Amino acid sequence: MSIQLSIKDLSKRYRTGEGVSDINLDVAKGELVTLLGPSGCGKTTVLRSIGGFLEPDSGDIQIEGRSVVKLPPEKRPTTMVFQSYNLWPHMSVYENLAFGLKIRKKSKAEIREAVAGALRLVRLPGAEKKLPGQLSGGQQQRVALARSLLLQPAVLLLDEPFSALDAKLRHEMREELREIQAQTGLTMVFVTHDQEEALALSDRIVVMNNGRVEQIGEPQRIYDDPASLYVARFIGKMNFLDGTAQGEFIRVGRGEFPNPKGLAGPVIAAVRPEDVRIGAADDRALSGRIKQSMVLGHYAEVSIETETGGTVRSFLPKDAVRELDIGQNVGISFAKTIAYPHTNESTGG
Amino acid sequence: MLWYFRSVGLRRIIEFILLTVFAVFFAGPLLNLAVLAFSGQWTYPDALPHQWSLKWWSFVLQKEDIAQSISLSFLIAAIVTGLSIVLCIPAAYAFARIRFPFKRFFLFSFLLTHAFPKMGLYVSIAVLFYRLGLMNTLLGVVLIHMINVLMFMTWIPTAAFRNVHAAQEESARDVGASPLRVFRSVTLPMAMPGIAVASVFTFLNSLDEAQGTFLVGIPDYKTMPIVMYSIISDFPSSAGAVFSIILTAPTLILLLAAQRLVSADVLASGFQVK
Repeated sequence: MSIQLSIKDLSKRYRTGEGVSDINLDVAKGELVTLLGPSGCGKTTVLRSIGGFLEPDSGDIQIEGRSVVKLPPEKRPTTMVFQSYNLWPHMSVYENLAFGLKIRKKSKAEIREAVAGALRLVRLPGAEKKLPGQLSGGQQQRVALARSLLLQPAVLLLDEPFSALDAKLRHEMREELREIQAQTGLTMVFVTHDQEEALALSDRIVVMNNGRVEQIGEPQRIYDDPASLYVARFIGKMNFLDGTAQGEFIRVGRGEFPNPKGLAGPVIAAVRPEDVRIGAADDRALSGRIKQSMVLGHYAEVSIETETGGTVRSFLPKDAVRELDIGQNVGISFAKTIAYPHTNESTGG
Repeated sequence: MLWYFRSVGLRRIIEFILLTVFAVFFAGPLLNLAVLAFSGQWTYPDALPHQWSLKWWSFVLQKEDIAQSISLSFLIAAIVTGLSIVLCIPAAYAFARIRFPFKRFFLFSFLLTHAFPKMGLYVSIAVLFYRLGLMNTLLGVVLIHMINVLMFMTWIPTAAFRNVHAAQEESARDVGASPLRVFRSVTLPMAMPGIAVASVFTFLNSLDEAQGTFLVGIPDYKTMPIVMYSIISDFPSSAGAVFSIILTAPTLILLLAAQRLVSADVLASGFQVK
């Protein structure tokens, strides 16, 4: 697989002290990579540096092997879909889409064909004559997507493009973007703060925190094996329990769990709610008391107060909760735990 | 009477009364003006003239200096509008987009020309114009008109440029437009309603300006308002009425055109200083 986009040691600091440091990332041709993190983590800084709207302090950005870091946005082989205020309200949909092609001096026939094709791709065929003001938010964002697509960029940049839309539409757009990516084979870099969106869309996710990369990996990998406590907190639902590592085991109350990382001293054990099992109270297992149980359609969410004073949430099949009563003492076991060293920082959040 | 109050409601009745007072207050003088302009003879207690006549129209339109003053006024207004567009639009863009020290101070400085009694300002400018040899010149008149409109011509377009979001300009850069092309194809057309309104204001303001012109332009540059003053003082009020209508017509036409271009709140947003 050839590398389409390569970011090397990218750093950019603002006067406020925010910014990014030492960003390294290679994106393969046809890959969809998501930059994920809370606001202020630097993901947009990276994206805008790729698009040419920010000049990095140091580092290099190469697209198809060519350094673009000195080029202005109009000279870069990238296009960007912005979060909002995307379209030019005084131009029709056709004129909005044709603008970039006109600058490239394409013939009228070529432009007409490209515009019609792009509008078909975003499922708005025949919308050429409409003005942006006559379209809904979702349709406007589709037109913006079409405008960026039809220039066939080497890398398509998307800056939280769906965050202004309502939840249902966001879901639809996600699926459509995936389809468009499959059809066009475009390389995409997608910025979002929505971990669910990142998990659903991406070939790979770059989790960012405080201007640095925390973890790069496939969605399943990041979900199953978060590289840091930060990633564990940010991706998916997770229980955190205070424990102690001793030799081969990590002890949480009376429960013992494996210690593959060979940690020592106080640790935090992270457990996904779906990995929590509930059984009969047992002297050799972590014990707890059922605090609450809610059936949510196809599954049930059960909260258990543990002997160590924490609360563990568990997702169980809804049939399994029938035998459970509030206040009942149970034994808790975990199908899988991931332990992180206990640092001062980790008590927060 | 009571049933009427109950079915319509006090609120609606008060609204109606206010509206009527308003209409009389605004339209009354205009109506009176129109009647006066077409009257031949009209004495006090009568509601309408004894005699209708077009004689004051032919009188006004046949006076040679009047026809001249009309074309001069329009020429000056056009020059003033053109020059202030050239000067103020780039300034407005800078105020909207570029950060520089004392920006607010500079923006407010345009208010200064409106902060003092006009006559005092004009007299001190006239002193300066004497030294520069600008008295009784076209340039002098144009300059004194422009002092009045700098504020409109900068503030309203500044607001208009601010309403063009950075992302809209960036998207244009992104698809390949040079900064100049972005300004020409995106920023300027989007700010055009605001610029058009400011230009209409400027044009009308110049058309109506009398004090400064009187001081700087006399004797060679007699614009419409100047000639009107002399007609009002030398001839019956009907002549003045005819002239007022001639002077009001372009104002009405341009304001109606401006209203089609933009809504009132866009107009008002021109006066927000952020």
